[in-house]
Amino acid sequence: MQNPYLPYPVRIDDITVEAEDKSLKTFTFVFLNPGDEEKFAYRAGQFAELSIAGKGEIPIGIASSPVEKGFVKFTVNRAGVVTTHLHNMKVGDIMGLRGPLGNCYPWERMEGKNILIVGGGFAFTTLRSSIVYMLDPANRPKFGSIDVVYGARSPGMLLYKEELVAWEKRDDINMHITVDATNDPGWKYNVGFVPPITEQKAPPGGDDTYAIVCGPPIMIKFTQPVLEKLGYSHDHIIMSLENRMKCGFGMCGRCGVGKELVCKDGPVFTLAQINQTPREY
Amino acid sequence: MTLVKIDKQDWAEGLAAAAEAYRLYGPVKQKDYHQFKALDKGELPDLNLVNTRLSPKALLFPQSENMLEYSLDESREDHHIMKAVVRDLSPRAVIGIRPCDAKSTLLVRLNFDTPDVKDPYWLEAHEATTFIGLACDTPLSTCFCTAAGCGPYHEEGLDMLVMDRGDTYLAKILSDKGKAFAEAAGWTMNADDAAAFETGRQAAEGRIVATIESDNLAAADLLALHGAPFWDDIAFACINCGTCTFSCPTCWCFDIQDEVHGSAGVRMKNWDSCMFPIFTVHTTGHNPRSNKTQRVRQRFMHKLKYFVDKYDAGIMCVGCGRCVRQCPVNIDIRRVCAQMNRFKTADACAVQS
Repeated sequence: MQNPYLPYPVRIDDITVEAEDKSLKTFTFVFLNPGDEEKFAYRAGQFAELSIAGKGEIPIGIASSPVEKGFVKFTVNRAGVVTTHLHNMKVGDIMGLRGPLGNCYPWERMEGKNILIVGGGFAFTTLRSSIVYMLDPANRPKFGSIDVVYGARSPGMLLYKEELVAWEKRDDINMHITVDATNDPGWKYNVGFVPPITEQKAPPGGDDTYAIVCGPPIMIKFTQPVLEKLGYSHDHIIMSLENRMKCGFGMCGRCGVGKELVCKDGPVFTLAQINQTPREY
Repeated sequence: MTLVKIDKQDWAEGLAAAAEAYRLYGPVKQKDYHQFKALDKGELPDLNLVNTRLSPKALLFPQSENMLEYSLDESREDHHIMKAVVRDLSPRAVIGIRPCDAKSTLLVRLNFDTPDVKDPYWLEAHEATTFIGLACDTPLSTCFCTAAGCGPYHEEGLDMLVMDRGDTYLAKILSDKGKAFAEAAGWTMNADDAAAFETGRQAAEGRIVATIESDNLAAADLLALHGAPFWDDIAFACINCGTCTFSCPTCWCFDIQDEVHGSAGVRMKNWDSCMFPIFTVHTTGHNPRSNKTQRVRQRFMHKLKYFVDKYDAGIMCVGCGRCVRQCPVNIDIRRVCAQMNRFKTADACAVQS
């Protein structure tokens, strides 16, 4: 019997400091055992448990994309026991990876549609996975227009800066990068919170457009009325929830929001689905 | 279906014979309470009990169970690589489990045995175990199994059901596992007294006076029940001690923790409880169920509404009455369930029950 608690052994292959305050690092892992990478086949929007012997596990969204092979990447905010330990680990260290877990963004349903991505802060990870997936030459024809509103507190807190610059230059994706504030005179993108920038830049909603929203609660709270005003219906607004988790596959019981388990029935839900839950997240 | 008669004089000898092939578990009185434990050689299960204080769920889902092990010693080739612990999965038999507790294994299985993910620790322990049930002729005033999809002679989850007839036991063999155990114990004296079981069942069911009303729960509106006005009142006296969840045969929530001694570590599964604030607290400090009303509501909504909606297998309760008897502040699931069952959305402002 397959043991779902047993992680795949992985080696840390690269560590990139993402944020100017050093609170965010991106870890690139390679699988120790041949064949494990195939077993870990994932889709954009899923998460995994990063597993450190002696410390514990943390559920983190997968930041690499299914079209990238040979490694998997996670961007981790230093916050608790496990993430703090992980931030102190070095290239070459051995740890574990359990997954992929949860559902993904509804790629089949979104095929042929325009996509609006709204992200804030370090919740941009599975959105990065999604953008790389959609921009892959094999996949780009499957989608209409792609708009991305992505904001952070300051330019130095934006994730994946080189990729943002590269996407900015493309004509098949409309990037709307913003920061809350900056005193950098060379800053040539937007200044302002994500909700008002979304109101100014996002395409109108409708049957042919889906919005994927991922960010801190305060951003989500003020983005929802903006999207409603732009004509997005609740079953076209897609969100990814978070709750405290342990097992990650629907057995330990703690991430329940009503009868939905965030780890197994989610983390991706439409706003219409979330409206039917007691919102205990 | 085979019936066998066991003379009580031969009982100990039969169990001793079975112990050659099985690890035996049974209820034993420890201090003031009965508890399921592994029986020592020659030790007999004490069947002169109503029921154990804690349910026997720990036989399949130990309060603390090592799942993985690893070494942090970097001089070793396999340092930091986790491996499943080796468990003793040789056959074992539980003697004297009550039908309510046996039925609970079916409900808990719904959680641990899903189409895409299976918990090998629970499932393999279950597979290795033969359940020898003891029919319940002396139910307590807090027992309401007959109203909870179960009963004092209920057979689901059992491999053999034994009824006490004074000088003899009458045993009904219910599965191949039960048949194998009867053979190992040498219980081969066939009986044809099927009517005795029926008489015993009817008499025992007649002694159960408590009930739980749940007929409206499936049709009730989930969000309306969640927002019902009675939760603060129900939770008022609760001290969030978790006794209800730990004593419950159907509560399955657990935590996963690492523990290290020197360079040797284990990853273990521990019972957890929705009554505890830390159960849901995020690293940021945010807690989606930060007050006790939310936690008490979660327990009852999970058992009596979410589970009902999700599995269409009735309520997540077998009517053993442990939470009713042991709650230090007398919160009674039967009363809570009645309030939920009678709740009408339109009456939201008028409910006074």
